[in-house]
Amino acid sequence: MCSSDTMTAEETVKAVEAVMIPVYIMGKKYMVPESLTIMKAMEYAGYKFVRGAGCRGGVCGACGTVYRLPGDYHIRVGLACQTVVEPEMYLAQIPFYPANRATYNWDELKGEAEEVYAAYPELFRCLACNACTKVCPMDVPVMEYIAAIKQGDLDKAAQLSFDCIQCGLCATRCMGEMAQYHIAQMVRRIRGKFIAVPSEHVGKQVDAIKSGYYDKTMEELKALGTVDPFSDKGESDEIKKLKQLYKEREMESHAVEDSWKPENDYALLK
Amino acid sequence: MRIGYYPGCTLKTKAKNLEQAAIESMKALGIEMLELERWNCCGAVYSLADDDLIHILAPARDLIRAKDQAFDKVVTLCSMCYNTLARANKLMREDEVKRKTINTFMEEESDYAGEVEVIHFLNLIRDEIGWDKLKDAVKVPLTGLKLAPYYGCTLTRPNEIAIDDPLNPTIFLQFVEALGAEVADFDSAEKCCGSYNMVSNPEAAVSAAAEVIRSAEKGGADALILSCPLCEYNLSRKQANVVSANEDLHPLPVFYFTQLLAIALGLDPEVCKFELNQPDALAFLEEKGLLKGAVA
Repeated sequence: MCSSDTMTAEETVKAVEAVMIPVYIMGKKYMVPESLTIMKAMEYAGYKFVRGAGCRGGVCGACGTVYRLPGDYHIRVGLACQTVVEPEMYLAQIPFYPANRATYNWDELKGEAEEVYAAYPELFRCLACNACTKVCPMDVPVMEYIAAIKQGDLDKAAQLSFDCIQCGLCATRCMGEMAQYHIAQMVRRIRGKFIAVPSEHVGKQVDAIKSGYYDKTMEELKALGTVDPFSDKGESDEIKKLKQLYKEREMESHAVEDSWKPENDYALLK
Repeated sequence: MRIGYYPGCTLKTKAKNLEQAAIESMKALGIEMLELERWNCCGAVYSLADDDLIHILAPARDLIRAKDQAFDKVVTLCSMCYNTLARANKLMREDEVKRKTINTFMEEESDYAGEVEVIHFLNLIRDEIGWDKLKDAVKVPLTGLKLAPYYGCTLTRPNEIAIDDPLNPTIFLQFVEALGAEVADFDSAEKCCGSYNMVSNPEAAVSAAAEVIRSAEKGGADALILSCPLCEYNLSRKQANVVSANEDLHPLPVFYFTQLLAIALGLDPEVCKFELNQPDALAFLEEKGLLKGAVA
């Protein structure tokens, strides 16, 4: 069976003999297959995304969606590319929401909390209502990181906001009218420059690249020849070889032990 | 003994010299102040509008955090945090209708009905340690030092959350005496420092601050002690403006009360972070011979 990535919405429907459910997109009723994500359901219903869609993998934050279910006053949120439709849901995309971003001179910053306060004084308008946290599709504790900034703990704020994908839904709900995610981004940048300890191994790796440690491997790859993407001569031997190398490469899986090492360790720094 | 501790944002930024001296002093006196694992702004100013419940969320949420950590008491150092938390707590305890509205709004939190008690650091000393025991623990009596203990507005008002008898508070005086210092006559101990007027109407704030400093000076005070970072801002950080606008006034050293507590207990002056006080604060204490007993 082929994966859903390579199927059109119509093919998916045929393949699974879809159960159709009603959803309301911006107030209008559509019958859509129950297994689709909101994004695919909207495309199935005939919408074409020119904004409010990006990576389609739950990372870029472009497709923030708000919806409600019958008989429940709660606002629900999700990323349209990740959230599966539910019967009778009322939904709308929030492709863009105005949110001011402060201008600051990066080279002049000293990495102090006061500089964040100067750039975004509105952060002191937080009432601790927590609406931001409740609306976050990534479960980021938004109110808590704003509290940490007010307490001058930029390190904590940066870490609490680490999963933020900048969808901006927090800003849509803020009573204090701030754009939390922009403030958090400034804080994470400060952490990167002034607080985080530079990781030793990255420096070593950069030095190795500079010193020509990997030049030989690169030359070998280049020697396979250049690829003409517009050629109609079919797959050349060089491309076949490249593809084979790519397929056979060793990858560290997410679940491995810390002691994992590749069988072919030519690329490891000795 | 262990007690829940709510610091407040300012103690983590501008008023670090109020906090560390307090924590270390309590440790020396056998009490461990455990900072709440999660906390947000206290609300800073208690809203006077009767139906303005949205401003109760911040302090109520902090009290819920204290309850969730199973603390029956939470201690504060900052007078304004004390005031806001204690008043919100009273509302949550006594007003059933508003309590229900607030708890319903904060549906993601546990329900709260004022189970935690909010106390100020001075109450902690008086009620959990006692003046006699404090006296016994003093290693460097502040002999010869005449202090003006300043309550400001928020420790004794409104009367239902006052840390002592609101009409005749003596708690701060007893604190000063326990440390071996002398209490100056100080008519303005409960007058306003100028508060947030320093932002919107600085002239009014300077004039209010001048009255406080003048009163302390008249009483022969060597220094003024307080527990509120906003009062400290107006009376200490902005003191140069106050003194230059009033020819009869002279510079007056200002300390957080916890700094002098730490000094009297013979702790390392490092914990007092005097670098955050007026420039000559440390020199003043040295001149008074109070740093001799410091642990080397």
